[in-house]
Amino acid sequence: MNEIDQVIQLLSRLPGLGPRSARRAALHLINRREGLMRPLAAALTQAADAIAICEICGNLDTVDPCSICTDPRRDGATVCVVEQVADLWALERAGSFKGRYHVLGGVLSAIDGVGPEDLNIASLIQRCEGGGVSEVILATNLTVDGQTTAHYITDRLSAASVTITRLAHGVPVGGELDYLDDGTLSAALQARQALPS
Amino acid sequence: MDWRDDGIVLSLRKHGESGAIAALLTRDHGRHAGLVRGARSAKLRGVLQPGNLVRADWRARLAEHLGHFTIEALEARVAPLLTSPGRLAALTSACALLDIALPERAPVPEIYDLTDALTERLADDDWAEAYVKWEAALLAALGFGLDLNACAATGVTDDLIFVSPKSGRAVSREAGAPYKERLLRLPGFLLPRPQTAPPTPEDVVRGLRLTGYFLNEQVARPGGQTLPDARSRLASMMDRDATR
Repeated sequence: MNEIDQVIQLLSRLPGLGPRSARRAALHLINRREGLMRPLAAALTQAADAIAICEICGNLDTVDPCSICTDPRRDGATVCVVEQVADLWALERAGSFKGRYHVLGGVLSAIDGVGPEDLNIASLIQRCEGGGVSEVILATNLTVDGQTTAHYITDRLSAASVTITRLAHGVPVGGELDYLDDGTLSAALQARQALPS
Repeated sequence: MDWRDDGIVLSLRKHGESGAIAALLTRDHGRHAGLVRGARSAKLRGVLQPGNLVRADWRARLAEHLGHFTIEALEARVAPLLTSPGRLAALTSACALLDIALPERAPVPEIYDLTDALTERLADDDWAEAYVKWEAALLAALGFGLDLNACAATGVTDDLIFVSPKSGRAVSREAGAPYKERLLRLPGFLLPRPQTAPPTPEDVVRGLRLTGYFLNEQVARPGGQTLPDARSRLASMMDRDATR
């Protein structure tokens, strides 16, 4: 296998890319060797050397503790618990949460054999019992596994003096009732709120 | 080869980037797995949650192939249970138990009907009682039913409060007294006669211990398995609730 084949093979392992699109991406890189390929290779090498998992929250960053955990402008008393780093990024994109995070690294799953000891749950309990945290927001996905994990964490945190909340479930912004699935409609009805008069 | 059937989603394993292998408990084809393309798409993610009722079209070139499912939602039964820890634990426990207890592709219409009824009843107030009765009925449907009609030792039909772990038969208070440490407690709501009072949380815990013992001994252990974590979590949750 020559170097070009190797690039194609490695690119085809990326999510969203098959062998054909990997070949197209490889050709694109080769045609822009100086402008794109070398800087990309250098950036990947640098990132691979620098990326660390934050020992406090489990976030990915180039410093440990991560920039969110060390940011003095963020509210350390509110911790938002998410399944994956991608969920943290999604919440950061929204820009409406100014607290800190805790990344579980997955969810409890009977079928995949994921138990509490495989997730960052013990460190969350430790973090809450250590003081300084007054609210834990459980932002796990609205799936059977996500909610099972949320209930498990709620149970484990019952002894800690923290308020436990979860994200609201229901009609998305711009959503039309006619196009919503039964489950979302059912959750939205359950979580209905009184309108301020 | 193709067929269409209604089924209850039992489990989902990721396959590739957007697909998954779904295990369904179908009415006429038993526990059946198949590949679902786009299972993790926004359209199907919510549908393919354990406990939901779906209509499945299965297609494969040969009968022994894994095959593909095309899934359509029938009833989103899991959505109302997501915010209730106990009900959700019962649902995941039932799905996980069926996943280890049932052979693949063997029609079990009786178990399908029982599970279909359970997923509906989990939204009711007496969901815990319904769950324990479902486990007892599952044991019976699998051929390991408990005989709770009369005392195994004396034949009396009153005051049955124990079950023999060896035979699965009821034992009366009097006959079981000398062996009570070795016998399992039988909660009244499992007796095959109408009950006047609803079961207490302690009764539910006793019921779960009873059915859990036989599920472990007769179903899980012979297959070289242990009871699923989801079942253990439900048992410890109910245990904690009863002692509070």
